[in-house]
Amino acid sequence: MFGDYSLGDLGSIFVMQGFAGLILFSVYVLMALGLAIIFGQMGVINMAHGEFMILGAYVTWMTSSFFQSYLPSLFSGYFFLAMILAFVASGALGMLVEWVLIRHLYRRPLDTLLATWGLSLILQQAYRSVFGAREVGVELPQWMLGSLHVSDSIEVPINGVFVMCLTVLITVGVAYVMYKSRWGRQVRAVVQNRIMAGAVGINTEKVDRYTYGLGCGIAGVAGSAFTMIGSTGPTSGQLYIVDTFLVVVFGGAASLLGTIASAFSISQTQSTLEFFMSGSMAKVLTLLAVVGILMLRPQGLFALKVRK
Amino acid sequence: MSDEANKGLLSPLRRKLLMGMAAVPAITMLPRASFAQAPATSAVNTTGLAVTDTEVTVGILHSATGTMAISETGSIEAEKLAIEQINAMGGVLGRKIKFIQEDGASDWPTFAEKAKKLLVNDKVAAIMGCWTSASRKAVLPVMEQYNGMLYYPTFYEGLEQSKNVIYTGQEATQQILAGLNWIAKEKGAKSFFFIGSDYIWPRTSNKIARKHVENVLKGKVVGEEYYPLGNTQFNSVINKIKLTKPDVIFTDVVGGSNVAFYKQLKAAGIDLSKQALLTISVTEDEIDGIGGENIAGAYACMKYFQSLDNPNNKTFVPAFKKMWGEKTVIGDVTQAAYLGPWLWKLTVEKAGSFDVDKIAAASPGVEFKGAPEGYVRIHENHHLWSKTRVGRAKLDGQFELIFETADLVEPDPFPKGYQ
Repeated sequence: MFGDYSLGDLGSIFVMQGFAGLILFSVYVLMALGLAIIFGQMGVINMAHGEFMILGAYVTWMTSSFFQSYLPSLFSGYFFLAMILAFVASGALGMLVEWVLIRHLYRRPLDTLLATWGLSLILQQAYRSVFGAREVGVELPQWMLGSLHVSDSIEVPINGVFVMCLTVLITVGVAYVMYKSRWGRQVRAVVQNRIMAGAVGINTEKVDRYTYGLGCGIAGVAGSAFTMIGSTGPTSGQLYIVDTFLVVVFGGAASLLGTIASAFSISQTQSTLEFFMSGSMAKVLTLLAVVGILMLRPQGLFALKVRK
Repeated sequence: MSDEANKGLLSPLRRKLLMGMAAVPAITMLPRASFAQAPATSAVNTTGLAVTDTEVTVGILHSATGTMAISETGSIEAEKLAIEQINAMGGVLGRKIKFIQEDGASDWPTFAEKAKKLLVNDKVAAIMGCWTSASRKAVLPVMEQYNGMLYYPTFYEGLEQSKNVIYTGQEATQQILAGLNWIAKEKGAKSFFFIGSDYIWPRTSNKIARKHVENVLKGKVVGEEYYPLGNTQFNSVINKIKLTKPDVIFTDVVGGSNVAFYKQLKAAGIDLSKQALLTISVTEDEIDGIGGENIAGAYACMKYFQSLDNPNNKTFVPAFKKMWGEKTVIGDVTQAAYLGPWLWKLTVEKAGSFDVDKIAAASPGVEFKGAPEGYVRIHENHHLWSKTRVGRAKLDGQFELIFETADLVEPDPFPKGYQ
């Protein structure tokens, strides 16, 4: 298949394709981070993850409409405010959900699957009733559109670079909070042994609520960022949920490093295969590989060593 | 054996005779029972449909919830508008149309179940409904078993024809071929790259398009790619497009994927004012989500655009906006859905009856001169004769009409040489 193309063409395509893989990697990490906290750390199977993301997307859309109508001069910078608002909105909804629903189910993790799935349906219909069944178009400031011109055949999409930077920033932030801060130690203590953590004076209920809120908040930021590359509609969250779980489960549920490694391997496999065959076939082969590896390593790539 | 066969032969005759006798008292009662010029119910409804002296019930069957609600909302709105307008004009055979709306919930078995409910319990005279091919295929056996009448609005892959369905959207050859011819002539296009969502409609459409490109236009298909429904990452295929440098990108990507595709195309620096792109799946409805700035310059090939400049459309668009809000947009399928109730009304009046068999028989040749797309006529194969048009997407999310076929294009659901 390469016979017809010049060496220069091929070179730039490999660069571009590598970049496509990196963008896919960032997207996977960004969407999986929130779930890695909620599912990985707390053991809650959060089927409503996609809906928390879409809440972030809708907040972005509302912010963009607001700026367009009332503060057109500041429009070029609205996205940063939108991401903060998305974090706050999704996080707040997450904490509310934790208080109403999830905290009653910590002893029955499988039931969280059903409960959060129901929640996702409720949220979808709520979005449909509030924002309408049609997709909304989030208008982006001019500087975020288009691409950086590197050479005649190599062009780097700006939104891809933006997502990559955001992913690095949030990953570092989460890693710091989870592994360096006092609160992160509390979270890990609660995860490992809820009763003992309580006994040594950690307010486990509060830790749970904030952890869940943090996970949902990050989902919101991811949703906000994805308005650049995807659609915003009541059911758009469903587009992400399968890939998200795939990344988290494949990486090993309780490991942040695992999530990143798994996102990297899945995205690189996917984008390399996509180049040689059709998108559907690439997906099938990627999934087959994941299934195969999970059969050999049921705990995922990076399993936490725990005394049972 | 022969006795039974005889009985089988005789009984329809006997039934007809009996019915004729039963009709006599009905006819003598006619002056008393009927209002104005409305014909008696017993005369226009011999199969027990939900028709009274003042009302006739039809069903609306679309997804108001679930994934497909995005697309089907417009169809529901258009059908309700048509019904309201018909009622304001005095209804059908002197009877107001009442509708029962059921929700298919984006779930195909639910569509079949609700269709059965509408036909068996509610005895509706016709159903305006379905959107995806999958939902139509689920409903079709029900329509045929209980002898219902379905008005189906979506452009679709063809390869189907039923006595019980009127297809008000275009079938694949009708939609695609004129567009390909135009772009080949206008842009001198020789090489094509196909991208579609992975299900029956894009695959069938691309198959037809490929045959046409290779056999008729003598061009070349340099790539044919399918992505799962809902896919949000198109960077790899965009790279392939950059590598193969096709004259035309031909797309039938649907749903949320569309938004991702055009946003990423733009982000990758592919300028649609220089790179020709012909889509058969993006209407004004989809552009709402994609954003005009991401798709401006692309060509779409279908039969209706909101911006069409004809007297019918100039009254239709304001009426639609008045009923459903200033910001709503009207895409190809929405317009086709609007045709459904009108075509049904015209057919009923032509047949002088609500009976499904009579409507099915009377349908060919029914013409609707008030169609927003201009003029349509029902073909013997229950599809519509219609013009095919090419529009160019503008920044404001509307299409600018670039080309339309001089004559109506004949629907050809089973195209020879394209299968």
